[in-house]
Amino acid sequence: MSTAPHTSLTAHVMPIDIGEHVLRCGFIGQHPVLALADGQVVFVREDGLTRTRPHGDAAILVAHIQHDMVLTGGEDGRVIRSLPDGTASELGNEKGRWIDGLTASATGAMAWSTGKHITARDSKGEIRKREAPSTVQGLAFLPKGYRLAYSHYNGASLWFPNSEANPDSLEWKGSHIDISSSPDGRFVVTSMQENTLHGWRLSDKKDMRMSGYPAKIRSLSWSHDGDWLATSGAEAAVIWPFKDKDGPMGKPPRECGVRPAKITQVAFHPNALVLAIGYEDNCILLCRLTDAAELLVRVPVKGQGSITALAWDKTGKKLVFGSSEGAAGLLTLP
Amino acid sequence: MTEKIPVTVLTGYLGAGKTTLLNRILTEPHGKKFAVVVNEFGEVGIDNDLVVGADEEVFEMNNGCICCTVRGDLIRIIEGLMRRKGRFDGIIVETTGLADPAPVAQTFFVDQDVAEKTRLDAVITVVDAKWLGERLKDAPEARNQIAFADVIILNKIDLVSADELAAVELQIRAINPYATLHKTERSAVSLDAVLGRNAFDLDRILDIEPDFLEPGHHHHHSAEIGSVAITVPGDINPEKFMPWINEFTQTHGPDILRCKGILSFKNEPKRFVFQGVHMILDGDLQRDWRPDELRQSKMVFIGRKLDRTMIEQAVEATRA
Repeated sequence: MSTAPHTSLTAHVMPIDIGEHVLRCGFIGQHPVLALADGQVVFVREDGLTRTRPHGDAAILVAHIQHDMVLTGGEDGRVIRSLPDGTASELGNEKGRWIDGLTASATGAMAWSTGKHITARDSKGEIRKREAPSTVQGLAFLPKGYRLAYSHYNGASLWFPNSEANPDSLEWKGSHIDISSSPDGRFVVTSMQENTLHGWRLSDKKDMRMSGYPAKIRSLSWSHDGDWLATSGAEAAVIWPFKDKDGPMGKPPRECGVRPAKITQVAFHPNALVLAIGYEDNCILLCRLTDAAELLVRVPVKGQGSITALAWDKTGKKLVFGSSEGAAGLLTLP
Repeated sequence: MTEKIPVTVLTGYLGAGKTTLLNRILTEPHGKKFAVVVNEFGEVGIDNDLVVGADEEVFEMNNGCICCTVRGDLIRIIEGLMRRKGRFDGIIVETTGLADPAPVAQTFFVDQDVAEKTRLDAVITVVDAKWLGERLKDAPEARNQIAFADVIILNKIDLVSADELAAVELQIRAINPYATLHKTERSAVSLDAVLGRNAFDLDRILDIEPDFLEPGHHHHHSAEIGSVAITVPGDINPEKFMPWINEFTQTHGPDILRCKGILSFKNEPKRFVFQGVHMILDGDLQRDWRPDELRQSKMVFIGRKLDRTMIEQAVEATRA
């Protein structure tokens, strides 16, 4: 990768003709996949796009893309797994209730929620259900074992679906939205309604407050080594240090990619300290943490919305993105 | 920026005729599509319209404002609805009979993402002409819903005598003399009476005229919900008024359900208008005062335990 600041990679971006709000994007192997809010799952191949509609006419509300499949939850209350060969199978049906949350683990476990109701499905297909104290907002599996973290009003809970024991509760007043576990499982972080982040160190449930954002933080990304947590919600990517045992407590965050536009998506490179940053004006930059060098991926285009999805492939050679107005593209690093 | 989607909030005590009104709105041949947020599936269900079930979860905001509550489920539902453009022309939120309308209304001012894409059009309250008297005795929610309303649908008037109807109307006016009131049978009201009201739009605040000159005439206990209207001839000093209104709504926010005002500031050619829900205030300069208009300041507060004398004196002290 070039080291000169503001070097442009725009010539290496191939546009993808999407046309609808991109909810989430990712890769199955080398091939980009995009889940669209209008209900489409789009597989991108060298020879063109394959568009599928796993939920029929219904919209997709939540999606999770993994190396071998796309999981979607829709307004029709169904949870569907789509494979690149175009086959789709229904894994859950909540009878018309909106699927609010959806996640999967690297080992094949899945979980979804509708209102207060959570369903966990292990890699063998065994289903466990649980009711949360209030509507579940975010779901994330912890990296080790079959344990699910979910956020709700006044805190978060950690649940072993295969155990009869009550979930462990992490308390903090307010409405918690998205939830994420550090790659080593030492910390759980939530974004909150009041434009702040809240974190807990799981060993002793010590609270961490990370505030100062002008907007809600709807995108969180951990660096490959787990030392850094990058966040959206400000006119710079705010990156908190999590290397020490105290996490970011008492330490200032780093900032990079400062522009006069709010950041809507962040995605850390899978094996380097490079952050992909998407903005509300659909500009995209790559920023290297070590020297703050910046590379331009996408020039903002008026009327093309904000970046709503951003993901690297496993090797870190490709980056796929999508916007609220249906602009999308694939960067292949030279 | 595309036009914000209007949101109509429908409240009313159980059995007042809310669902009848909702079905009427949806079936009229207006060619519009709505997304409807309901608490109970089953009673509504019209082709072309999207019906979403809600849990009516009320959250407190951690912003030091105790009455600043929002509907968490609504924030998520609106985020989901707004991803697909052109799917519908409006959103209707039906609340349960016991619901306080404030958290629903506040959601549209407090949450940035919701406020960016939608605007609260009006709070419509359906009232049962036959049973309102009873409800006002045993259900504080019924009183709240009337106090909060921009439009009141006084329904089932065919079930009461003319005298009973007059008495019910007086009871409503004692709580809220400013809402537009429509008397109906089976919630039959023209659509423009409930949709496209722009009740929270500062540009649409035209005048503040109560329907009854002496509201609260029949109620003398100050603990009850009522209204205080103030008219000040001549100009107001914004340097004095702004700190006062901020302080007043901050300290009495939980008791002030709604407020609205048109003010004449000294040396300001434009009218200053404001409106508020509990502690959330919104104010701006509006159009110019017309030469034929009497420059005076009018405001109204609807709420609980409002001390008329105290408010009058405080406002009087802000005169220029």
